[in-house]
Amino acid sequence: MSSILTVDHLTKRFGYLTAVKDLSFSIEKGNVYGILGPNGSGKSTTLGIVLNVVNKTSGSFHWFDGHTSTHDALKKVGAIIERPNFYPYMTAVQNLKLVCKIKEVSPEKIDEKLELVGLLERKHSKFKTYSLGMKQRLAIASALLNDPEILILDEPTNGLDPQGIHQIREIIKKVAAQGTTILLASHLLDEVEKVCSHVIILRKGEKLYSGRVDGMLASYGYFELKAEKMESLKKFLKSDPKFGSITVENGLLTAYLNEEMDATELNTLLFAQGITLSHLVKRKESLEKQFLTLTKNQTH
Amino acid sequence: MFRLLHIEFIKLWNNRASRVLILSYFILLTSIALVAAIKFDIGPIQFHLADQGIFNFPYIWHFNTFITGIFKLFLAIVIVSMMSNEYSNKTIKQNLIDGLSKKEFILSKFLTVVSFALISTLFVFVVSLILGMGYSDYTEISIIFSDLEFLAAYFVKLVGFFSFCLFLGILVKRSAFALGFLILWQVFEAFVRGMIRWKLFDAETTDTIMGYFPLNAMWNLLKEPFSRLNAVQSAVKQMGEQLNLNYHVHWYEILIVLGWTAIFIFSSYALLKKRDL
Repeated sequence: MSSILTVDHLTKRFGYLTAVKDLSFSIEKGNVYGILGPNGSGKSTTLGIVLNVVNKTSGSFHWFDGHTSTHDALKKVGAIIERPNFYPYMTAVQNLKLVCKIKEVSPEKIDEKLELVGLLERKHSKFKTYSLGMKQRLAIASALLNDPEILILDEPTNGLDPQGIHQIREIIKKVAAQGTTILLASHLLDEVEKVCSHVIILRKGEKLYSGRVDGMLASYGYFELKAEKMESLKKFLKSDPKFGSITVENGLLTAYLNEEMDATELNTLLFAQGITLSHLVKRKESLEKQFLTLTKNQTH
Repeated sequence: MFRLLHIEFIKLWNNRASRVLILSYFILLTSIALVAAIKFDIGPIQFHLADQGIFNFPYIWHFNTFITGIFKLFLAIVIVSMMSNEYSNKTIKQNLIDGLSKKEFILSKFLTVVSFALISTLFVFVVSLILGMGYSDYTEISIIFSDLEFLAAYFVKLVGFFSFCLFLGILVKRSAFALGFLILWQVFEAFVRGMIRWKLFDAETTDTIMGYFPLNAMWNLLKEPFSRLNAVQSAVKQMGEQLNLNYHVHWYEILIVLGWTAIFIFSSYALLKKRDL
């Protein structure tokens, strides 16, 4: 797998505040990455540094094989940072033509990309007449003009209404399906969970985790169970070393696994014990839960 | 290079305010030809400006470059806002993300400024040539093409002034404030002149020192042409005075302005490089 971005011991200080602390990670081709972290955790600063708009304090980063200068590499990258920035007095097409000129690509893909984000009918309207959702979609179209090796999105759904959020997610899914590498920074966990295969978790400028989403916690998931004989169910599970903590809440029993076990196996086991289930679901921890566990672990 | 100029052209030409200002600037440059039409015919007093010798070669080079130099303020507004708008629209950030290097960004602005100066110079050259052909008392080739250093000085003056505007646009980031700063700087130079003259040196030394200040240096490049007119000179003579002014463009004056231009452009680049956007 070829590497797209390598960040090595990157640090950025704003006066006494350290926004990014000794951060290292790398982005491989073909994956969808999420950078997760609460507000102010250094996500945007990190992206700003690799995108040539924020100066690093120390450390290094390089694009692709490390032989291209940052600004040349950026011509093969599509990126949107926070808010869509275009010339308000120019139309969508004029703005995109300008971007083509900067990226040194031919303007023939403008219509195709506008079509993709659903702005083709409004292509001759001035940018300032667009709604925020449309502006954001135009920004995505602009980032895709060069069919980039990697698409970088920083909080792409920030400030959008539910419909706008949905549209953006659909576009991201479409782009990801085409095999484009994506780096998505967000504090919205379900957003990352829905599209990303890998995550990098930041807190106060430090990396807490980087790797596959499902490998984030060494966890085997948990069962949600209901039965008529709740007491004997609970007693049986407690005696089994395969189960860790067991809680009962509102008549629903939650049992965490200590090792791999599938639902059929459990069902057979319980039936043999004379316990019939009225409800059986196996779940994985949500990213949110994992994220909170991870950040909590680090504080203590 | 043409890519950078084209980028800047797209940005400027699609902005209605800039387009109007640029157009009116060049119309004004051309309108200097209308001066030729100034004619008073009040009974015994007949006055035709074109007959006063202002369109004589090579004097016309001096006169026209001096007068049109005033119109540069129109372009100053365009240039300051083309720089500061990049900050207020945050498009500078997007430009860099899209793959323009900081050097290319400054270079695209500087090339635009140089083109403005170059086109202005060509305009003034052509308009003056046509006017001179129509009204000059001398039309020998050798006379027509003498004293062309005024055009060179005009070009350097514009480049210097526009670079100053660029720098202010980057430094202040708001067009209105940047233009205010420009006026403030003019006042500041006048104030320094007053202080030096009052407390330190005589008139001549003061002039020499002030010659190193950017706006003053640009002003010095083209000295006022009116005292060269026959009418003015004979009036002065009648009063028993002698005018002994040095009208010529000096190489060191050009050098000072070019120096300032370099300082402005490199400081703009340094500022852009240092700042986090």
